[in-house]
Amino acid sequence: MKLSSRPPAGSVKIVGGQLYRGATATSAGALEANPGLLIKNGRIAALGPDALAQAADETLMAENCIVSPGFLDLCCNLREPGNSQKGNMSSETRAAAHGGFTSVCAAPDTSPVNDSGAVTNLIRDMAASRALVRVLPIGAVTRGLEGELLSDMAGLQKAGCVALGNASRGLRNARVLRRCMSYAQTFGLTLMFSPENQALAADGYAHDGLVTTRLGLLGIPEVAETTAVMEMILLAQETGVRLHLSQLSCARSVDMLAEARQRGIQVTADVAMHQLAFTEDALSGFDSRFHVRPPLRSERDRQALVAGVRDGVIDAIVSQHQPHESAAKQAPLAASEPGLSSIEVVLSLGLERVAANELSLTQLLRALTAGPATVLGQSEASNAGLSAGAVADLCIFNPDQSWRPGPGTLVSAGGNGPVLERSMPGVVHYTLVAGHKAWPSLLP
Amino acid sequence: MNGQLDIEPLLDKMEAGLRQLLQERGVSSPALIGIRTGGVWLAAELARRLQLQEPFGELDISFYRDDFSRIGLNPKVKPSSLPFDTADRDVVLIDDVIMSGRTIRAAMNEIFDYGRPASIILATLIDLGARELPVQPDVRGLALRLETSQRIKLRGPDPLRIELEQA
Amino acid sequence: MIATATGPHHLQLTREGQLRHFLTLDGLGRELLTDILDTADSFIEVGERTIKKVPLLRGRTVVNLFFESSTRTRSTFELAAKRLSADVLNLDISTSATSKGESLADTLYNLEAMASDMFVVRHAQSGAPHFIAESVTPKVAIINAGDGRHAHPTQAMLDMLTIRQHKKTFAGLKVAIVGDVLHSRVARSQIRALNELGVAEVRVIAPGTLLPRDVEALGCTVEYDMMRGMKDLDVVIMLRLQKERMEGALLPSEGEFYRLYGLDRAKLALAKPDCIVMHPGPINRGVEIESAVADGPQSVILNQVTNGIAIRMAVMSMAMGGQLAERQQALNDIAKQEVRS
Repeated sequence: MKLSSRPPAGSVKIVGGQLYRGATATSAGALEANPGLLIKNGRIAALGPDALAQAADETLMAENCIVSPGFLDLCCNLREPGNSQKGNMSSETRAAAHGGFTSVCAAPDTSPVNDSGAVTNLIRDMAASRALVRVLPIGAVTRGLEGELLSDMAGLQKAGCVALGNASRGLRNARVLRRCMSYAQTFGLTLMFSPENQALAADGYAHDGLVTTRLGLLGIPEVAETTAVMEMILLAQETGVRLHLSQLSCARSVDMLAEARQRGIQVTADVAMHQLAFTEDALSGFDSRFHVRPPLRSERDRQALVAGVRDGVIDAIVSQHQPHESAAKQAPLAASEPGLSSIEVVLSLGLERVAANELSLTQLLRALTAGPATVLGQSEASNAGLSAGAVADLCIFNPDQSWRPGPGTLVSAGGNGPVLERSMPGVVHYTLVAGHKAWPSLLP
Repeated sequence: MNGQLDIEPLLDKMEAGLRQLLQERGVSSPALIGIRTGGVWLAAELARRLQLQEPFGELDISFYRDDFSRIGLNPKVKPSSLPFDTADRDVVLIDDVIMSGRTIRAAMNEIFDYGRPASIILATLIDLGARELPVQPDVRGLALRLETSQRIKLRGPDPLRIELEQA
Repeated sequence: MIATATGPHHLQLTREGQLRHFLTLDGLGRELLTDILDTADSFIEVGERTIKKVPLLRGRTVVNLFFESSTRTRSTFELAAKRLSADVLNLDISTSATSKGESLADTLYNLEAMASDMFVVRHAQSGAPHFIAESVTPKVAIINAGDGRHAHPTQAMLDMLTIRQHKKTFAGLKVAIVGDVLHSRVARSQIRALNELGVAEVRVIAPGTLLPRDVEALGCTVEYDMMRGMKDLDVVIMLRLQKERMEGALLPSEGEFYRLYGLDRAKLALAKPDCIVMHPGPINRGVEIESAVADGPQSVILNQVTNGIAIRMAVMSMAMGGQLAERQQALNDIAKQEVRS
């Protein structure tokens, strides 16, 4: 069923629980009682006692739940087109909906690479026919993601790419990077880069620290990220491009980011949820699931990243969802493919940080809603906040209810989840996209 | 019934039995080998009584046990030590208790890996019967049948004593 | 899927604490390490007999799986297995053929189907034997014969046996490890073993480019100046230097390395007079060590080779025994359940 061509949803009334309207420029927002929220024609028609008084086709009870703007993921791999053994548009958007996400940015490293308007249109067509949530394509900033030649940036933008990036692949050199920025700036495009100096990262696949020293793994030193962060910030300042740093992993990167913002440089950033939840220790049993890029680093880094989210210096938490077929991980660590199938447990991992008093609930929600929405700028979705007239993209979840991620409960095609068979807090009851139920959803 | 068994008469009987057998067979310089741990203590005692000049051998049969595939390797294995070549020697193999006969089979296999002996005489302090292999001692101090709840143990080396325990 | 929170140390022990794989020295206590050394002592005695063979692994099949070729190490494992009466199959598998995990797993499933009881694994990737033991063929005893930069536990244990033979005890010893610690699986295992067995000090001596980050956390001190580092040493262990290190901009030249970190008579004279000299081999004469030292009275390099067979016999028989005991235990458990039901 096409998202765009669906019949308008009937009216829905959400009653009870608490409402999180969204963050503001100065605060992470607050929870308030939810007397009622009315959705008509896919938009929020009324909030508060007015809504309660009106009739609706369907009433959703939200007792003990939080009614929040839907989550927006700035980094997700749907694996389609091209990698159907790992996942596809329908399985992975269903997983996103299960995780409370109403919009996901689709990484450009598909096959073919999303480096032209034609591929963007193909992705949008697939999404329109099979996706359960909004799919926002990220275009490739260089042709074929090769890091050498500029892609047709204006064409990608016109076809609907919300930003451009180079997946996690590097550019050939700083000159190419500078020119990408300069050209993208012409069109007001946002560039998303994972900062990594490839010469310093070399053959590494784990944080260069205590665990790599003990296990004899090949390390990626902190400076592989921090020198790249500094280089990108300086070039962004010079070219005036809107720079978004994807998936920071080092404490020092957060400091540099904060400082750059203070100096008025247009730079935003995100962090993958697993970087807030795990450290290099996750590799101490050679567990190839936790082979991720950038690597899980030290506890000090983890704490600084959490603090960055708390302070709003890091705008968004992303899933960096990378579903894999079992063979991709069924190998010695170095030979396994990086990434976690994580989008379904992002909220739960975040709530564990809340339970550990590292984040407040509203700080967590800000980083999943208004934070990433601000990075992308204007959009028709209501991720940024709930108000009358906004498109009804919502997530309704019970933060205190627990569940056990595992083969019976997870819907992603990737079995490489970070948490398996352990009780976790936070169950998503409903995910609504323009008033339609994306979760719970029937199998397509 | 916990208690001790007087060991002296048993040692006397072993000594006498060995002297007689060695004489019958015309063996003038036997090579004594004790099976660790109790057999080694007994070998020391018998070597003294028989006034043998040559040092006796010590055998640790851990590498030859037939229950390796059920319980694994004995973690406290010690090197066997045979201070003589067994080839063409008349060996007296000594152990404290014989029951199933499996220990003796293992010990004989091990001895053969040092060289082919001319003969082996088996001397044990106590014979508990319950044999599972066709192995019989040539010389023994005492034949005994235990209740299933009873255990017998040689303690040593100084003084050597036999303890009977009620499990 | 590799799951569970159990580290490599739980993986290699049975419930009763017997060895069932031998992957790393991490998590193995002093008592078990001492048992390995004691058992090896017994196997040294076996090596001196007319028939240097015991029947422990009779009827068992040991497969030497060398994904990285090494004639020397493979030969000692082969000889060790044969002296335990095992049937031995040698497979040299080039890494290129199995660079993808799936085919590595497939290769192993095939070998397991041939009723193999033990895999001796050498692999260029750290953690490969651990991966095999945990995820591929957990019922086959896995012996690590060197994995990437991670561990070479049999080499470290034969070095410990050599040290014990010459120094009687580990208490109070000062030991230096000199050279390319960064790339050395041997050094990592040695540092771990020396610490567990209670030496007074482990010193690593190397330039900064050949040391891993935070190496002190492994349990050693760092000395850049070898002349200073030789002081008071009871044992000096030299590591092999690969020629590629010059190309990777880690070192300027062999000549400079030898002048600064090569063990010659002058440097050795700074250690205790009875300091022993060790090297895991193969030696680069004139790069890590002067010939006169390698062949000199303080060198115990050839003892290391003899001890290698005994250590491997010990570890193979202990791990095989643990696997068999565990299988028996499982059968007993099933029998008990049947009786109950």
